[in-house]
Amino acid sequence: MTIASTTQLICFVALSATLVLGALGVVLLPNIVYSAFLLGGVFLSVAGLYLLLNASFVAAAQVLVYVGAVNVLILFAIMLVNKKENLAAIPGLGVRRLLSGAVCGGLFVLLIRVAFTTPWALPGPEPVGEEATIRIGEHLFSDYLLPFELASVLLLMSMIGAIVLARRDVLSSDVITGEAVDQGLIEKERTPLLLEKSPR
Amino acid sequence: MEITLPSTIPLQAYLALAAVLFCTGVWGLINSRNAVRVLMSIELMLNGVNINLMAFSSYLDGQLIRGQVFAIFVITVAAAEAAVGLAILLSLYRNRETVDMERFNLLRW
Repeated sequence: MTIASTTQLICFVALSATLVLGALGVVLLPNIVYSAFLLGGVFLSVAGLYLLLNASFVAAAQVLVYVGAVNVLILFAIMLVNKKENLAAIPGLGVRRLLSGAVCGGLFVLLIRVAFTTPWALPGPEPVGEEATIRIGEHLFSDYLLPFELASVLLLMSMIGAIVLARRDVLSSDVITGEAVDQGLIEKERTPLLLEKSPR
Repeated sequence: MEITLPSTIPLQAYLALAAVLFCTGVWGLINSRNAVRVLMSIELMLNGVNINLMAFSSYLDGQLIRGQVFAIFVITVAAAEAAVGLAILLSLYRNRETVDMERFNLLRW
């Protein structure tokens, strides 16, 4: 057992411990702000696992996209909607938790059994290691060109969709009072689109 | 009793880790009452799937690393999903003044 493989093993154990504990914290902690920060930790340890698997480009993409964009977006959403509200108790919550826990445990046992009983074709071909980024570039511009271009269209669509869904309808002047629209009016304008009673 | 450690990390270790992450995500998805936490659980599940893809790509497909290309596409789609999901969440919050999943039942019955 060489020093390199020992280091690899220690890194793997540390990263997986962070990953599992962080994931449990994301799901179980009552304060959602802590959950969001732990989610960033989970994303970072997944990036570390990718580095262990010789995939430096995907690790960098993971850090940039997940930690830099998705996690920040989630934090912003929490800051925008984090109103303290007392959730009304619903009957049968404990039973539901136990049942779903049993279902997830069963799924876990199934996945573990599949992973350990399937005869994987190991060892596979020699990994490319450092050349992985070059190979990914070749794939993206030859045999995966169509999905690559479609991904750009998808990102544009989701960007426009997010703007359309999240914006407030801003009029140039208020219809009733004729007052010019400023930030105060926008904040006063809280007429919901869907309510049981008619808003106006 | 002496425990012999494997000289390299086995593929099954990555698969088991991904299974833990995925099942945690599924449990959180079912049991969360805060809508933001539901979105976070979805991200956990996507990361579990990505770990699987990357492990297979490294261990079984070392020359043509197609799993890594798939992982990049999954990351792209996950980013789009997070943006649209959080926009829907903000819109819902503006209309219903709550993020409780149990009260988003306008279309239920």
